[in-house]
Amino acid sequence: MDCDELVELVTAYLDGSLDPDTRARFDEHLLECDGCENYLQQFRSTVATLGAIRDDEIEPAFRDRLLDAFKNWR
Amino acid sequence: MTGYYHLAEMTITSADESDLIAALRARDESAFAALVDTHAASMLRVARGYVATREIAEEVVQEAWIALLKGIDTFEGRSSLRTWLFTVLINIAKKRGMRERKDIDVQIAAFTGGTVDPSRFRDADDRWPGHWKADEMPSRFPESPEGSVLGDELMAVTRDALDELPERQRVVVTMRDVLDMDSEEVRKLLDISVANQRVLLHRGRAAVRQALEDYLKDAM
Repeated sequence: MDCDELVELVTAYLDGSLDPDTRARFDEHLLECDGCENYLQQFRSTVATLGAIRDDEIEPAFRDRLLDAFKNWR
Repeated sequence: MTGYYHLAEMTITSADESDLIAALRARDESAFAALVDTHAASMLRVARGYVATREIAEEVVQEAWIALLKGIDTFEGRSSLRTWLFTVLINIAKKRGMRERKDIDVQIAAFTGGTVDPSRFRDADDRWPGHWKADEMPSRFPESPEGSVLGDELMAVTRDALDELPERQRVVVTMRDVLDMDSEEVRKLLDISVANQRVLLHRGRAAVRQALEDYLKDAM
């Protein structure tokens, strides 16, 4: 497996959806390639950072409108 | 708001959820407000993936909440409340959206480029074609605990990069990584194939990774 092939398979690798042969080639490549090992670390770090995003609060006026909708329904 | 419902956690246990449904049926405003505070911003983010403006996205979100209220008395709990809410949201957003699904599937299929700049890899006539060039090798991202200065900066870069993703990628990355939904839930909600979902997720993540790498290169 070449590096430019590996970088396209990272999400499938993390999802556990690579077939066993491809997964083995992926793991073997990682053992001998610092660049790809780092790439995988960057990717994991990216996913972790995305997971830490907390949405901004919605605008108070919009929140009020939603709560008004609730009052009207009630 | 009492905070009693513990809605900050995205994964609501079924016991919490039946309490919540009971509270909504009892017309408990604080329960509704807590649910709005948990989900409305994410809903807006997802709705924005289908419609042209923030204003229309807000209308879509509002319509989804009204649909929830109208349906809560007869809600049978066959899916989680969140899944139901987002399903309703997406259906409304699709109707309001201008884009045809056919076009979107074509767009997904048509993309064949790589997610990493091809010039970072060695050429075909190199001894190791397709491998990183020596000066293009990725370096590890630093540990950046939440709340640290670097952590805050990386969070801002990540958020901006997410906002700039093409719509479908943004929706899938938001659902999978920000909201931590599983692939089956997202696949059903968006009615796309497993393979297309993975393609969109991978491309979106790769673009955010690139933004972080660019930022860190400048900052280090």
